[in-house]
Amino acid sequence: MPRSTLLLAIALTAFGASARADEFTRADVDRYLKEFESVAAEGRKLWTNGSVGTNGVACAQCHPNAANTHPETYPKFQKQLGKVAQLFEMVNWCIRNPLQGQNLAADDPRMTALVSYITFERRGMKLTPGVH
Amino acid sequence: MSELITRRSVLAGASAGAAIATLPISMVTLAFGGTREDFTFTYISDAHIQQIKGATFVRNWDQGLKRAVAEANLVKPESDFVMFGGDLAQLGKREELDHGAEMLSKLEGKLYCVMGEHDYYLDLGDYWSKLYGPHYYSFDHKGVHFVVLNSILTSEHWTFHRWPTAEQRMLEMAGLDNPNGSPFMVGDKQRKWLANDLAKVDRATPLVVFSHSPLQKIYKGWNFWTDDAEDVQALLAPYDNVTVVYGHVHQIQYNQIGNISFNSVMSTAWPWPYPQTYSQAESHLPVLTIPMNRADPFFERDATGWQLIDIGSGRVAARYQLWDNEPRTVAYDRKAGRPVDVAYQEPTQRRPPQTHY
Repeated sequence: MPRSTLLLAIALTAFGASARADEFTRADVDRYLKEFESVAAEGRKLWTNGSVGTNGVACAQCHPNAANTHPETYPKFQKQLGKVAQLFEMVNWCIRNPLQGQNLAADDPRMTALVSYITFERRGMKLTPGVH
Repeated sequence: MSELITRRSVLAGASAGAAIATLPISMVTLAFGGTREDFTFTYISDAHIQQIKGATFVRNWDQGLKRAVAEANLVKPESDFVMFGGDLAQLGKREELDHGAEMLSKLEGKLYCVMGEHDYYLDLGDYWSKLYGPHYYSFDHKGVHFVVLNSILTSEHWTFHRWPTAEQRMLEMAGLDNPNGSPFMVGDKQRKWLANDLAKVDRATPLVVFSHSPLQKIYKGWNFWTDDAEDVQALLAPYDNVTVVYGHVHQIQYNQIGNISFNSVMSTAWPWPYPQTYSQAESHLPVLTIPMNRADPFFERDATGWQLIDIGSGRVAARYQLWDNEPRTVAYDRKAGRPVDVAYQEPTQRRPPQTHY
């Protein structure tokens, strides 16, 4: 057995002993939530500072506390687009138009932050996909 | 151009067989019997002119104000005067106030202005005053006493000691949902002035009060709120016919508290969600209010507009000129003793877009 493979095997054994797939502690759960909350907090910054656009207009100018965004209803038929759309497509519509900016990719960390913030502000609401 | 509903149509029940008549951009005025004259004034509000850089401003908000001014000038016969309800600027900058004032200068007829928080918190209304005069005042017109209040003041500590710079103070107050903001108030000094001003007004004289924030408590988190609202209401309570007209909320609201009717006006810039759509906080939209339609963001001017306000025998009928939507009329109903929407007040008349969640 080549030396490098042997070392990898030893390393995996050692790692496996300390982390099993389905085990997590209360501390882990707290950490996962904090990770989410820090991304949502970053989303709140982007929501209020206008930096995803070019004209200084911020999302919060029309959507205080991300109200009237209805993340719990997506995906849904968006009559203006003539198709079932995801929330990020509507966020991009606002970035392009009132904010006069450029689309963000669906997995752009800024889009993730914006969607995290929007969803956080609607926490506790029932999922109602497709509802207009 | 949307059609205007005539005064005739808002006098629901006032005369037998009153017909709903609509006509483009003109008004039919029915005279009341009695000593007072009926009249109409124009109300434009919340333009939020926003500088990007140098001589460049946010096009969207510019278009709203330009359109309102152009349409207001087409009304025949002319309304008696024009009110601007506050928030001419977005961040209180001289450039924004100047640019907005230039657009307002195209209006025909006398202009009266109300102070908004976006006009105030950079220099505490100093430059605004150079354009429009005192922050609060009163005037009489055709037997009605009008009072303009500056209702967006707040505590001395927040105003003078909380923020390192005037720019930051303005930014903190400009964010509607910013927890670092502070509740609006009229304040002791101005309430004393109001009491003195009203002391010489006969109790039967119709009273119309203009403020930027609602002189009632709807939702503190967005300052749909005036902290000393009850104290102001107490000063207005002795008068037979009182109406408060306010901006700030960028949506249709109306209410009746005792003898005081409340009517909000629209923004020319953008609409705001109703407070109950923020699911994390309790709010108190007046139960009388039939909301405006939910905004369609793909129509830039949807859920924005301006108003023609009729004063008939001292009471208000607000005719909302809604771009990309049917016009709405909210008029004081003497029999009911409160403002009603002339088309949608009955539960059977409500439309799905008026549901907000």
